[in-house]
Amino acid sequence: MTVHNLYIFDPNGNCLFYNEWNRKKQAGISKEEEFKLMYGMLFSIRSFVSKMSPLDMKDGFLSFQTSKYRLHYYETPSGLKFVMNTDLSVSNARETLQHVYSNLYVELIVKNPVCTSTQTLDSELFSSRLDSFIKSLPYYSPRAA
Amino acid sequence: MVIFSVYVVNKAGGLIYQYDNYVPRTEVEKTFSYPLDLVLKQHNEKVIVSFGQRDGIKVGHAVLSINGVDVMGKNTAEGKDILEYFNDPANYPISIRFGRARLSSNEKLMLASMFHSLFAIGSQLSPEVGSSGIEMLETDVFKLHCFQTLTGIKFIVLADPRQSGIDALLKKIYEIYSDFALKNPFYSLEMPIRCELFDQNLKSALEVAEKAGNFGAGS
Repeated sequence: MTVHNLYIFDPNGNCLFYNEWNRKKQAGISKEEEFKLMYGMLFSIRSFVSKMSPLDMKDGFLSFQTSKYRLHYYETPSGLKFVMNTDLSVSNARETLQHVYSNLYVELIVKNPVCTSTQTLDSELFSSRLDSFIKSLPYYSPRAA
Repeated sequence: MVIFSVYVVNKAGGLIYQYDNYVPRTEVEKTFSYPLDLVLKQHNEKVIVSFGQRDGIKVGHAVLSINGVDVMGKNTAEGKDILEYFNDPANYPISIRFGRARLSSNEKLMLASMFHSLFAIGSQLSPEVGSSGIEMLETDVFKLHCFQTLTGIKFIVLADPRQSGIDALLKKIYEIYSDFALKNPFYSLEMPIRCELFDQNLKSALEVAEKAGNFGAGS
């Protein structure tokens, strides 16, 4: 039961924030390329889903899972994208991501006059609060290394 | 509890089989008078609503028919440009039917290949060792399940999010594929599947899966 990593993207595709907790395997490409690939994949999945969908959608793409991990996705109406990879036991992290957005991002970054939201988030308070929030989640447990 | 459609993709990412089991038609027909309060635009050979959601007509819906006659792409059945037709007040009142546009075969081919690549990227970006590609993709109105065989063929099923037993259904479709497509001496590997028995057996497997809600092993 664990959270692997978390990405936050702005509407233009820049990665504003990334942190990992329990990641076992790196992607084999530089972090910058990985962010671009992740954003590109999500953009394509959203476009794919809107064309494939047999009915009109309200929330759109929610998550996907593979044999080893599950990726949860939450997009705010302003185009900010929150992406979290967890293991398979977590079925719905949408509320978690909504909490990260409304209680952490909005409170600590948007309301911070020093943080310009177009660059990588530089706020130590945000990183530490986010870290303690993730560690306090019922489905987070640090694996023995 | 429905299964919407089935797609089979070969190793190279090309679509070799597609079957739509249930296509929900969300269509709205209304009579309009000049001027039209919806903003329409042309997109990919279709005329779609870009602004002005009302009464069941949503953004993204396409113009399906005018005065009961189906349109042909961005022209009316007589060949006139739809947007020009709507701009002419002499043609009003008009009865227009809007709805989600049906996917053309070309679009289905492109979407299947797109999924083939997304499947691979899902595996590459994995934070865990030894991950497969995307096996299940969830949205609020449908769930896409994918089963990749050892030979690289992908069986993709789009179903209602509450439908269970899809994993067993995917294995069953693989069985049907090996019995009626692979064992067919006239079928060549990786080519589009045109075998009647495959179609028939697939349809009955889908019926069983929908009725049971839970596909039992050994059927």
